[in-house]
Amino acid sequence: MSDVDQWTLIGVAQATFVGLAVGGCMTNRRPVLIVPLYALAALTCVVALVAALGTLLAPDADVVTRRVLPVGLPDIKSHLRLDGLAAVFLVIVNLGGIAAAVYGIGYDAHTTEPARVLAPFPLFLAGMNLVPLADDAFTFLVGWELMSLASWLLVLTGHEQADNRRAALVYLTMAAFGALALLMAFGALAGAGGGYTFDAMRRSTPSAAIATLAAFALLLGAGSKAGLAPLHVWLPLAHPAAPSHVSALMSGAMTKVALYALARGLLELAGTPQWWWGGLLAVIGGLTAALGALQSLTQNDSKTLLAYSTIENIGVITAALGLAIAFKASGQRLEAGLALTAALFHALNHGLFKSLLFLGAGAVLHSTGTRELDRLGGLIHRLRWTAPLVLIGCLAISAVPPLNGFASEWLVFQSVLDATGLGHWELKFAAPVIGALLALAAALAAAGFVRFFGIAFLGRPRDAVAANAHEVTPAMLAAMAGLAALCLAFGAWPGVPLEPLGRAAGMMVDPSGAAGRLFVGQGDGRTAWLAIAPHGDLTAVYSGMVAALGLAALTGIAVGVTSMASRTPARRAPAWDCGFPEPNPATQYTASSAGQPLRRIFGGPALAARDRVEMPPAGDLRPATFASAMRDPAWHYLFDPLIALVSRTTERLNALQFLAIRVYLSLMFAALIGLLVVVAVTR
Amino acid sequence: MTDLALLIFQLLLPVALAPLLTGLVRRIKARLLGRRGPALVQPYRDLARLFRKEPVLAFNASWLFRGAPYVSFAVVWLAMAAIPTFATTPSLGLGLDLIAIAGLLGLARILVALAGMDVGTSFGGIGASREMTIGALAEPAMLVAIIALALVAKSTALPDLSKAMSEGVGLRVSLALALGAMVMVAIAETGRIPVDNPATHLELTMVHEAMVLEYSGRHLALIELGAMLKLTLYLSLIGCIFAPWGIARDAGMTALAAGAGAWLAKLAAGGLALALFETVIAKMRVFRYPEFLGAALLFAILGVVFLYISQHLK
Repeated sequence: MSDVDQWTLIGVAQATFVGLAVGGCMTNRRPVLIVPLYALAALTCVVALVAALGTLLAPDADVVTRRVLPVGLPDIKSHLRLDGLAAVFLVIVNLGGIAAAVYGIGYDAHTTEPARVLAPFPLFLAGMNLVPLADDAFTFLVGWELMSLASWLLVLTGHEQADNRRAALVYLTMAAFGALALLMAFGALAGAGGGYTFDAMRRSTPSAAIATLAAFALLLGAGSKAGLAPLHVWLPLAHPAAPSHVSALMSGAMTKVALYALARGLLELAGTPQWWWGGLLAVIGGLTAALGALQSLTQNDSKTLLAYSTIENIGVITAALGLAIAFKASGQRLEAGLALTAALFHALNHGLFKSLLFLGAGAVLHSTGTRELDRLGGLIHRLRWTAPLVLIGCLAISAVPPLNGFASEWLVFQSVLDATGLGHWELKFAAPVIGALLALAAALAAAGFVRFFGIAFLGRPRDAVAANAHEVTPAMLAAMAGLAALCLAFGAWPGVPLEPLGRAAGMMVDPSGAAGRLFVGQGDGRTAWLAIAPHGDLTAVYSGMVAALGLAALTGIAVGVTSMASRTPARRAPAWDCGFPEPNPATQYTASSAGQPLRRIFGGPALAARDRVEMPPAGDLRPATFASAMRDPAWHYLFDPLIALVSRTTERLNALQFLAIRVYLSLMFAALIGLLVVVAVTR
Repeated sequence: MTDLALLIFQLLLPVALAPLLTGLVRRIKARLLGRRGPALVQPYRDLARLFRKEPVLAFNASWLFRGAPYVSFAVVWLAMAAIPTFATTPSLGLGLDLIAIAGLLGLARILVALAGMDVGTSFGGIGASREMTIGALAEPAMLVAIIALALVAKSTALPDLSKAMSEGVGLRVSLALALGAMVMVAIAETGRIPVDNPATHLELTMVHEAMVLEYSGRHLALIELGAMLKLTLYLSLIGCIFAPWGIARDAGMTALAAGAGAWLAKLAAGGLALALFETVIAKMRVFRYPEFLGAALLFAILGVVFLYISQHLK
């Protein structure tokens, strides 16, 4: 596909998004517009996806196209650029966008004020499509803020509830802080000359101090958007508050756009990366992953636990990104390419399965009206199609073969193994710790999703809402089925997505393009789609095909042989339960009890989790009570003191509002004198 | 042709021998306790009886409950097939490395845990929750042990690992530490004393048994066979990494016979060691698991550190 076509497609897509937003404003009066608007949004995402795939699948790795638009600030205009890395993230955004819009066709038909969703929804997509394309700081920040503000409006959809309003406030504050940090980063990189285009930043060589300053500002700005600990506090509040298909987009796509900013900034813009940035990033990533997984395990709200699990996966991706930076700084381009490929592949996979799970949680919410796990149960009998689709998502996120989550975590672990060969002793010693943290996070995620699926979909209904649940509409099922199919396909054939991802990653770590082709599936006799072999045939190979086909074949044999050996049909009877089945569904394990062992083991030290059981003495007829309390260390040690400090300071400063005019005049005079003294001293 | 035959042998032999290994461990334990113990072939008889019996399902058991025994058995079987037992050549280990084996065992654990929660009894819940806890504690130790091994072998594929370990690695403290970590993980993952007790019938002390309490007939037979196969798997895994002697590297008949003999000897030795260990140690309570598996993680990390130092000194 020629580049003219791609930019035309992108232009059409962005213009359509704006048009759709205008149309969305009218849906309160004309609800008939809802379905065509969502359908059109899905189509527009397909158009943008095609444009991105055109670049990503182009056979020559260094296909970079640019456009300069005559809008924007007078002296810099708007620069756009489409390369492999941008295309990867556009694919992630638009895959999520298609699923969310198709799901929206069935989902949103009943809300009272559809314009609250349909007006910002296309703008949110437009913002996320603009950020990866931006090639100057101004355009980048416009896209970034469009994305933030549109999603803030979407978080406010359920503004009647105080919790949602608080979530939106916290989100807006963090978004403002993040944008400010990015502004500082770009300012530092542009330097005194004001080279705000990314090309100028690529050419310039900032001093080590400036580059480090910019890297930290980037980490704060992009990291707060992505949900890196300890800047993650807004994420578990804001993501669940939005409607479910928007939550899916925020978790699946928006956090990835933030990681795009981190990757682009640290690998390309901020001068030559230094090894310790990568090490620091990898350790932060590992800690974020473990903390997110642990907190996900302690939540009783289906969407909040999914939001915490997003934090976990962001941690995994960031750890791989950090390793990529460390390798690049050490001059090991092959390993850097592998680590970056692992990060991109996990970002893509997380975009798929987390969207699937949020849509599944939305389906449960739609059919039962509740997000509380402890009111659900037995949905596998009621939501006959949703249940297996959500199960696929749960297995994918638990990183088990033959699904896609395992394929990307396997690559991340291979990068961790490579990291043991790094030159710096700090990184060498960090490698096994990062590996242990990531393994812990994966295992905690598995425990968390067994708990999620087991409590919500298995067992007996704990409440009438679960007993009377109904299957969701075909459009919602279609969106989930598409994502689940991609999870299965990328798990069985990881080489297919890895080939273009590896090319894009290779370009980032080694612009000459020599390293880009080496690390995926180039062993003798093994083609890329059969197996992934990070270092040719020298070390380990993972073949999703062997796992998937072997599993299917052996399951078939097990079923066949068993049915031949044992022909007695199964009989239905009451549950055995050691001879004392209890008919009351309240005797089942609950969300709190299923997480109790791990909450006690890890939650005590990390989250100050405390379980309190009050058991009345024998003969007393009062019911026993159970309460579980915990706190997020980021709130306790960072944000609560900060908020307290700000309130105290503002209360003191409040006195300034009520002074007499002569005091104001003298204050201004004093300020003037002070500034003059400063000028006199410094000159 | 010989490759295919070998592959089929590698698939079927462990399944055929797994009940015998379990019978051996039970027999040795009984002898150590001064009992005569059941016949070595008793597990085969138990399985045959279970296959003959009528399976009983709870009224609200779903498709997941019925399907999990088959799939989880197939998962363990696939993982077993990826381990070089008596020959390395036609092995799935080239497509499924040690990390993939750990992942497959994780899948089996998830499936059985979900099945345990399906009927909605509290025993199923307690078993599932504890099983996943053990998994979460064991996996970091397993992964760091893999890092230590990969440092020596430069690969995570088991045929390479086994080859590298048999070629003059020598006795090393770091590898002993990795072995310790692996053994502790294996004990936890196979549900042996002191973490779980495979023979218990006291509900509150059960982990694995509590999860599968609702199963009967052929479903239970598959679950039991899967658990026996998992024990064989871990013993073969430790054998092929830390005692890589005798594994046939070509398809010659003598080499294969020697490989099979060596494998059987390793399994028997492993079974004897397990029985001895289980006899002299007491089951620990649930909230002491972190200490046990934390020690495993510590061993593994120390192993990696020692390897760094020895590489540095070289």
